Order: sequence, then structure tokens, then C-alpha cells
Amino acid sequence: MIRFDHVTKVYDAPDKPALNDVDLEVDRGDFAFLVGASGSGKSTFIRLVLREERATRGAVHVAGTNVDALASWKVPRLRRNIGVVFQDFRLLPQKTVFANVAFAMQVIGKSRAMIRETVPQVLATVGLDGKANRLPHELSGGEQQRVAIARAVVNRPAILLADEPTGNLDPETSRGIMEILETINQNGTTVVMATHDDEIVNRMRKRVIELDHGRVIRDERGGEYHAVGDRLVLPSAGQAIAPFDSEEDEL
Amino acid sequence: MKLSFMLSEIASGLRRNLSMVVSVILVTFVSLTFVGSAALLQAQVGKMKGYWYDKVQVAIYLCSPSPETTHCTAGTDGNYLAATEEQTKGIEAVLNSAELKPYIESWEYESVQDAYKNFQEQYGNRSMAESVKPEQLPASFRVKLVDPEKYDVINERFSSLPGVDTVLDQRQYLNTVFGVINTASLVAVIIAVVMLVCAVLLVATTIRLSAFTRRRETGIMRLVGASKSVIQTPFVLEGVLAAAIGAVLASGVLWAVLQFVVQDRLAQQNLSMAFIDPSEMLWVGPGLLLLGILLAWGSSLLTLRRYLKV
Repeated sequence: MIRFDHVTKVYDAPDKPALNDVDLEVDRGDFAFLVGASGSGKSTFIRLVLREERATRGAVHVAGTNVDALASWKVPRLRRNIGVVFQDFRLLPQKTVFANVAFAMQVIGKSRAMIRETVPQVLATVGLDGKANRLPHELSGGEQQRVAIARAVVNRPAILLADEPTGNLDPETSRGIMEILETINQNGTTVVMATHDDEIVNRMRKRVIELDHGRVIRDERGGEYHAVGDRLVLPSAGQAIAPFDSEEDEL
Repeated sequence: MKLSFMLSEIASGLRRNLSMVVSVILVTFVSLTFVGSAALLQAQVGKMKGYWYDKVQVAIYLCSPSPETTHCTAGTDGNYLAATEEQTKGIEAVLNSAELKPYIESWEYESVQDAYKNFQEQYGNRSMAESVKPEQLPASFRVKLVDPEKYDVINERFSSLPGVDTVLDQRQYLNTVFGVINTASLVAVIIAVVMLVCAVLLVATTIRLSAFTRRRETGIMRLVGASKSVIQTPFVLEGVLAAAIGAVLASGVLWAVLQFVVQDRLAQQNLSMAFIDPSEMLWVGPGLLLLGILLAWGSSLLTLRRYLKV
């Protein structure tokens, strides 16, 4: 589903590539954790899949397409097949839960009837029945993240990318989120989740890909991960994959 | 993307940037008013040309004893000699010649007596009319040209004939008037260009601001795979809509000026002159609308290319 073919990504410093000769494949229906300290290249990995960036060397294939060679007008079509969830939720504050999820369908031209049918279903899947008319600020962090997940999967993408989805949540709430991600994965969606949270990784017993300074140092199924005491220097919200910054944007 | 969704996006964009949108409307309004004024002034010149050129003629003044004579030979007594019968016949012959046929539509002879009569009719109520004697007025040929612009041909052919004093193109009186109007419309065009530059820059700034305030929405749109046109169209339409409102206002003001100032006052006070009427707005109005929309559209597309990553 996602194949990295000896991918190297260099931003500014040629001697410090963000990803260094990464060669791996995530199969259809896989659930993979992407672990590693901040700066290890997890976000770059996700940005390359989304074609926010292009590989400096090597090729990134998503669902059989070489995304580096994709014409820019075809990129939206690629992204419709990928759902993304972030640490900072990125909901639209003036829109209700329903409208936030519906937004993802509206902007790709889905009919009103289809939106009315699909959105409540998806909200039920993430456990938000009855909260469709709430505004994001009326919800807890865990609930906001559920809205974000609903938005990411409402168009039934083949791939779900999650960048530190539990980074702002307490362990109890995080477990709830992980259950949802697992359900989504069981329904056939390939899930790639970047995280620091060793507790989650160790409990789930899924594939673990560990990055260190842009290199894959470990890739094992049912693996474990022990973060090396860097939890205090976690990247702040929005540092990861940021097509826009996450501060309040009212002028 | 569904139309209703697009419209609600535009409406929210306009609300968030209300003061900027109002300034875009005002600047396009003022600039397009100047553009429209220039167009209308040109229309007025055209109208006057059509009206007056039908009436104006080339006058070939014959020699007379009048002291204003310039190109005639003086007699022994120091006075100028009037054109002789023979000279008059000679000029008539040239007027009827095949050589000038294509240029001349018609001509008539105004004798000294006719000239005196016309003069008395025109200035009879003034004291100076009494001191003018018939023999001081020149006889003349009034020539109507097929194409008034071809005055030079007539001038060249006649000014050197014996018995001819001067050849006068009556258009030259009008040209002064047209000169004034042309200058006015040139000034209007210059102001319009400056204002249009302002309008374009202001549209660009507004779109930039709008793209900034809505970067959350556009960021999410990109991530869920909205196409470039879906992301950009609300912004472009926002600018275009503001410019269109400005154009409509400009058209309204120009129409009001034509209707209430030109038609109802100037035309009533100057019955002998031709004025454009409000129906001119039928082409000026759509023209302004088109210009406003094109400028806003171009400027917002260029801005978005720089400031809205897709």
C-alpha cells in the first residue's frame, strides 16, 4: 500500500538528511507504528506519503502510484485516498461536529443526501452519537480527536495516517482512541501511526518501525518500544505536519 | 462542489473581511466611474462631430473692399478690389470640374447682398450692424464636402485662384471645443489608470488577508483532497463580487449624471447642441462591469498563486 524505495529526503543540510535510504513497505490492511525520538524523521515520512514533500532520492509509492512523479493536479485525488489525524485535532472552531465532518465531503463535491446519510454513521463509529450539534470547544480533548478521526475516514480512504494522535490526551482517553483506530484498521484501512507513547505501542503488539536520525533501525511485527526518556522534549502541537500553523487565526 | 456550499463560503469570507471588501467596492467604484466618464466624453465628441460636421462647410471668401481682406490685390486708391465677375465665374467652373466632383457634395453662392442680409439677421439688434455697409462684406461660396476631413484639397485648389481671399474651414471652431473635451477625457483616463492600479493592489491585499484568515479551512481542504479550483474559487469570487458591485455603482452614478444633468439640464438649455443620452450606458455599463470583473479575477488569481498553497 505504501512503499518507500530507498528514499532519502534532504531539507537544508545535505549531511543531515531527514530520511536516509529508507526502504520499506506497508501492506494493505497493516497497522504500523512509526516510533522514534523527535527529529528522527517520522513527520517527514508522513509528509512524503501525502506528497507535501517530494523525495530527494528514491521513490515513494502509494497504492501503486509513484507520488513523486504525480502531476500536481492529480495530488488532490491521491489525498482523497488518505485520511490524516493530528495531535492538535485541527477542527474548524465555528462549525459543529456534524459540519466539521461534512466539510470533508462537501469540498470534494459529495451530494447533500450522501452527506446526511454518511456523517451520522461515521460519528456513531467513533462513539459520538448525539453530539453532532456540539461545537468543538464544548467537547473534551478525546471527543475532539474522535471528530478529527471521523473527518479523516468519512470519505473511506484506503490509508489512515495518524501523527501523534494521542499526544495531547491522557492514557485513559488514549486507549479509547486506539480502540477506534483498531476498529478502522479491522475494516480494511491501512493505518500508520507516528507516536512516542511506548505504553500504547507495547499494548497493541503491532508492527513497529523505529527511526533514528532518518534511518530505519528496527522493523518488526508485534514489536515493543521503549522511549529513551525524551518525553519532556516532545515536539509541540503542530510541529509535525503543518500545512498551516495551529495558532488561533482570528485577526 | 455544491453551489450552496460555495455561496456560504463566500458569504463567510465577505463577513470576515467586511472593511476590506467595502474598500475594494469603493475603489473600483471610483476608478470605474472615471473610466466610464472618459468613455462617455469620447461618445460626446463623436456625437458632436456627427452633428456639426453635417452642418459645417468650407467657405471660400472672395475679395472685397473690406479692410479685413488679406490676400487680394489693392487698387490704385489703396482699397482692395472686389472679385470681378470673370473671377467668380472661374471659381464656379473649378467647383463644377470633374476633378473636384468626388469631394464636393454641394455648393452655393452667397452674394454680397445675401451676406448683408444674413449679417443683419444675425447681428441686426446690435449697434455695430448699422455701421456695416453691404460692400464691406465679402461674397462667398459655401461648399459642403463629402468628407469634411478632406478640407486640404479644397484649400489647396482655391486659395491661389485669383479673386479668392481666404478659404476657411468652419471645423476649426469646433476643433477647439473638441480639444477641450479630449483633454478632459485624457485627464479622466489618467486618473482612472491610477485608481485601477489601486483597485488591483487592494484586491490582491484583500485576497491575501482572506487567504490568511481562512488558512485553517484551506489546510483541511487540501488534506482531504479538495481540488485546486474548489479551494481557490471562493476567494476569486469574493474579489470579483466586490469589483462587480463597484462597477454597478459606477454605472448607476454615470447613468444618473446623464439623465439628470446632461439630459434634463444641459440639453434643455442648449437646444442647438447635440448631447449623448442615458442609452449610452447600455454599452458603457456592461463594459465597466466586464473590466472590473476581469481586473479582480486576474489580480486574485495572481495573488492566490503566491499566497495560497494548494
